Amino acid sequence: MKFAIVVFPGSNCDHDAYHAVRHVLGAEAECVWHKDEDLRGADAVVLPGGFAHGDYLRTGAIARFSPVMRGVTRFAAAGGPVLGICNGFQILLEAGLLPGAMLRNRSLRFQCEQVHVRVEQSDTPFTGACRIGQVLRMPIAHGEGSYYAEAETIARLEAHRQVVFRYVTGAGEVSGEANPNGSVAAIAGLCNEARNVVGLMPHPERACELALGSADGLALFESAVRAVAGRTAPAGSRV
Amino acid sequence: MRARVFVTLKPSVFDPQGTTVAEALHTLGYTTVTGVRQGKYFELEIDTPSNDEARRIAGEVADRLLANPVIESYRIEIAAEAGAGA
Repeated sequence: MKFAIVVFPGSNCDHDAYHAVRHVLGAEAECVWHKDEDLRGADAVVLPGGFAHGDYLRTGAIARFSPVMRGVTRFAAAGGPVLGICNGFQILLEAGLLPGAMLRNRSLRFQCEQVHVRVEQSDTPFTGACRIGQVLRMPIAHGEGSYYAEAETIARLEAHRQVVFRYVTGAGEVSGEANPNGSVAAIAGLCNEARNVVGLMPHPERACELALGSADGLALFESAVRAVAGRTAPAGSRV
Repeated sequence: MRARVFVTLKPSVFDPQGTTVAEALHTLGYTTVTGVRQGKYFELEIDTPSNDEARRIAGEVADRLLANPVIESYRIEIAAEAGAGA
């Protein structure tokens, strides 16, 4: 099991993601520079958090044109699991791999705090090790994380069960106070219709060890290992 | 040619920055300012003598990069010469 971790100029959670999958999870991991289209035979791709290209223009707007995104788009189209975390989620939105857009936080402040999210779907490659309704504690660190889409897009997302994570209280209830940024429908994370591309604003890679306050985020990476094993084992195409 | 591109949030999209600016203006006593929408402004220098070509290119780059159609719309103005009326 090998993860490719894409590094854009301005990524700053690439090493956190590498540490989580390589040292905590024990999987293989390789960082891939954004000028490189080749994903090095990885089984799963992580677009990490940070401020790719300085977040100039809009978050993720320039990064979507980096050469590596051609490789990521092909990988995603072939069903490969792709996880966008924070800025990585914003890049997936700008690239059109996930629907919607991000607005400034309702507070207009950069928010760095622990939040709770509820797992809404367990049939994605990054939530297969979770149960529906499970509450995960992870940090957020963003200024533009207020998820927005037109009402009809939200209705379609709900109908196709594409809302993967919602901001909730510690008890698992959706409430105005538990929604840190004003996201529509308390959406913290989404998947595409094919379910293999997942994006979320909270940082699972920073919540993989109890020493960091929570190990809840590890479930996302464990899910990927399980999904890749399930995907490749029957075909026997990969040794 | 010079193209001016004005990018603004769609009317349906809440603009917390514009709202905050409006509140600041009310604090300053400008109570007749009833609304503020914040946007972005771009000046493109385009190497073409054709008005239509400049407009076509400006529209294309606005669609592809300058504006996000999910949340933003844009308006283009073409100036006859670079620097004219700047």
